[in-house]
Amino acid sequence: MEHKETRLIFKHIDEPGYTNDIDCYMQHGGYEQLKKAVTMKPEDICAEVLTSGVRGRGGAGFPAGMKWKFLDRKSGKPIYLICNADESEPGTFKDRQIIHQDPHQLIEGMMCAAFAIQAKLAFIYIRGEFFQGYRILEKAIEEARSKNFLGDNILGSGYSCDIIVHRGAGAYICGEETGLIESLEGFRANPRIKPPYFPAALGAYQCPTIVNNVETLCDVKHIVEMGGEAFAKIGTPGNTGTRIWCVSGHVQKPGYYEFACADITLGQLIYDVCGGLKPGRKLKAVIPGGSSAKILRADERFKGKLKDGSEFDWGIEDIPMDFDSLAAVGSMSGSGGVIVMDDTTDMVEALANINYFYAHESCGQCTPCREGVPWMRKVTQRMVDGEAREEDADLLKSIADQIAGRTICAFGEAASWPVQSFIAKFKDEFVEKAKEQAARRKEGKATATETTLI
Amino acid sequence: MKIESIVENITINIDGQDVDVPKGINIIEAVKMAGKGKEVPHYCYHPKLSIAGNCRMCMVEMGMPMRDRTTGEAILEEDGSPKIGWMPKPTIGCATNASPGMHIRTHSDMVKESRNGVTEFLLINHPLDCPICDQAGECRLQEFSAEHGRGYSRFIEDKNVKPKRTRLGPRVTLDDERCILCSRCVRFSKEIANDDVLGFVDRGTYSTLTCYPGKELAHNYSLNTVDICPVGALTSTDFRFKMRVWFLKRTHSICTESSIGANTEIWSREGKIYRITPRRNDEVNDTWMTDSGRDLFKPIESEDRLTHYTIEGVHTTCDEAAASVVKLIQAGDVALVGSAHSSVEEQFFYKQIADRSGAKVSLVSHQGEGDGLLLSEDRSPNLRGALVTGLITDLPEASLETLACEINSGAVKTIFAVNEDLTELGISKEALAKVNVIYVGTHANATSEVASVVLPSLSVFEKDGTFINQSFRLQRFKAAVPGPRGIEPDYTVLEKIAAPLSQEKPASLTIDLVWERMAPKISQFDDSFRWRSLPDDGVALNASAFLDLDFVETKNLKYDPAAFKEAHAAPVEA
Repeated sequence: MEHKETRLIFKHIDEPGYTNDIDCYMQHGGYEQLKKAVTMKPEDICAEVLTSGVRGRGGAGFPAGMKWKFLDRKSGKPIYLICNADESEPGTFKDRQIIHQDPHQLIEGMMCAAFAIQAKLAFIYIRGEFFQGYRILEKAIEEARSKNFLGDNILGSGYSCDIIVHRGAGAYICGEETGLIESLEGFRANPRIKPPYFPAALGAYQCPTIVNNVETLCDVKHIVEMGGEAFAKIGTPGNTGTRIWCVSGHVQKPGYYEFACADITLGQLIYDVCGGLKPGRKLKAVIPGGSSAKILRADERFKGKLKDGSEFDWGIEDIPMDFDSLAAVGSMSGSGGVIVMDDTTDMVEALANINYFYAHESCGQCTPCREGVPWMRKVTQRMVDGEAREEDADLLKSIADQIAGRTICAFGEAASWPVQSFIAKFKDEFVEKAKEQAARRKEGKATATETTLI
Repeated sequence: MKIESIVENITINIDGQDVDVPKGINIIEAVKMAGKGKEVPHYCYHPKLSIAGNCRMCMVEMGMPMRDRTTGEAILEEDGSPKIGWMPKPTIGCATNASPGMHIRTHSDMVKESRNGVTEFLLINHPLDCPICDQAGECRLQEFSAEHGRGYSRFIEDKNVKPKRTRLGPRVTLDDERCILCSRCVRFSKEIANDDVLGFVDRGTYSTLTCYPGKELAHNYSLNTVDICPVGALTSTDFRFKMRVWFLKRTHSICTESSIGANTEIWSREGKIYRITPRRNDEVNDTWMTDSGRDLFKPIESEDRLTHYTIEGVHTTCDEAAASVVKLIQAGDVALVGSAHSSVEEQFFYKQIADRSGAKVSLVSHQGEGDGLLLSEDRSPNLRGALVTGLITDLPEASLETLACEINSGAVKTIFAVNEDLTELGISKEALAKVNVIYVGTHANATSEVASVVLPSLSVFEKDGTFINQSFRLQRFKAAVPGPRGIEPDYTVLEKIAAPLSQEKPASLTIDLVWERMAPKISQFDDSFRWRSLPDDGVALNASAFLDLDFVETKNLKYDPAAFKEAHAAPVEA
């Protein structure tokens, strides 16, 4: 069955002949929304964004309009807007496409947002590894500045704002908004304690600051274009707009696909849109929202109640791809990185891989994450190295439970959710691994085949 | 004037018990105030440093009274008490400020479980080398592991390896494996010592405390980082491996380095001092002291210590030496060179001696550069004491040129010198040879060598007494170790001199008897003041009589001359 994408942000991306320079962008109607925005009242734009119900595309899914509402405007301090382009959640590759292929859309969205919150200065904090993207953005900003879409007295409106692109130095934690702010200020990216350091009140340089994801800021442009109500009609109530799903793993056609929220189910996404699994393979599990989202097992039945009270009884293929449905089945839509695993996947190795990543990326500021996550990595590493014990599954779960909810930032959850869910759903495989290795040891064989963790 | 009187009190509920605490105080302090040995365990929180919130040990359960979202009215339980909405996750006590109606649980299962988890995490990469660790006995990690840990290890992997025995500076040695990365030392150096030399390098579990490349932890407050280190990571190079802390006796004392009068603790065993650490006094030194002040105990064991009463270089008894002094004084034309290093009690006696003999009193000031923190310009601990006891009425000068003239003119025949080497203060050896010298002091010097009578005295570590610091705070110190054999406390010796001068029999004195005599005679003291009953954190005296004097101290940690003048000149509120 054919499923048509609802391309809003990716409208022109991959179009033949569409380039990332400003002329091409303006030929396709670019910067018209900014021209419109600067004639509007800033608070009206904020109201439209609130009406649109657009939720943050970075991972947490917090309503962006609400976030803007929390801004401390009474302090008299300058307000900053920061675009979080530190896309580093394993399995996610949407922001990179926007920056590479349509940087002006981001700039226009950012300037609309900056105007709406009356930001004094805007930053793009871009992941250090995206040096090509950095160059593209620098060029695009130069182009936009020369046409007065940013800089002093934008389009004669009297509003001035510029964008500074700041490159990270290569750390996942810089995607955490307070860690990002610390890094932007020139310090180690140690996330701040909340309270009191909520960015909307005490953000960059202790001034009120809004940090939004690349995709969220692009959505602002479309909200200005179509109005909040029209935007809210895309998708379902509470899950408005489109989402870009970055599908990777054991599917025939991995890639990025933009659909309206709840327009498609997980099964349709895997089997119809992405061409299904490789021949002869069976679906084993899916991580639906980047590596920190909880894993879903293919043969599970998901039962429960949605926010609106309606009951559901889904198999994995029936789960609608939106914020609330994925949350209702115990996972999250996160950053939209759908990682598909077929029956050739060794779950212990998969978890070892994920743990390796999080242990490497923990900032080391607070105890549970600094000590606990590398411990989990050591355990899973030992398991794949052939020294698994049957009790390791319970140990892993217990360590993860001691981390989640006890840390300064959400990294603690991000690192422990995979462990908690892998153990909850595939504990048998972890125990089996130990038994198998014990049996081989008895026979005098090597307990582990050589594995390479990516 | 006190801050507590301004802050309003609120009621919060800690473990089911209502407690009145000042508004805005954090939960760690609030629980401490709830008393009865209650404590929220913590590592990174320090009352005098900024909040870091990184150790996660101080987690408590927090709840607020629930309110109806539409009406804003409090939701009540069936029994009429307010319904509490408990947070689903534990929250850190250090960064949570008390607000009215807040409920705190410090012993719920969730809290216990999270403390247990943090303890386990801190221990997995800790070397557990307590038997050879200097911190053992005063280690927070050791204490809390016993209290909150599980008692066995589930960790079978390899521990992290980090640098050992790193020299951070001239006085501090670091063991990175023991470090729990609480960042107290980093914050101290940055916020208090104003020398941002410490920091972490590397990430995650490999985070390592280190100095800024090419720099050292060399500031004069570096040993405070050792004090506040909750584990044995930062150790004092001087004290390292010298003595187990539980063998040491702790005696409250006062630092004599400058007029700050930092409150200290002397750690001694069997008559030997091993280290000096600061003692908290929020009015004087918070919880800090200088590195240089911690070395002051070392000279008490030096070779040139005066250990015998002598007359013309011949050993004698205390009584005979005192009698000889009396004779010299009674001969007349005496000049007394007092000391701002003497205790208040001693200065009281010197004043008596001066009054009874008509001796002219001079004092020498000792000044140096101040650092704006806990080292003031006046390098004597008790100049204010000399003023309060009336020994002097004016600020002293740096040398004794007037006295030198008087010696030359023959107006002075006997000099009674206390703790000062006169040859360094403008009086030549030739001049000294013309007069009789009585010397009271702890160490030999050029003056004691030519003195007719030498009365060895006790150092601050060996005697009881009081000092008055820069802000006219009367502070008590106690003897930590015994002095050289046979040396009597200065006030006993001085009584033996002062009493005969007015034809009295010397009384046998104790420090409290001295106070009984002294307190009524000094207008700044309350008649009821007794040495034994002085509060540990000192007494602020009325300084209004001395506000016109131009003291040398400039603004430092707890003293601002202008503000001090203003506060004390104002009429005292009822």
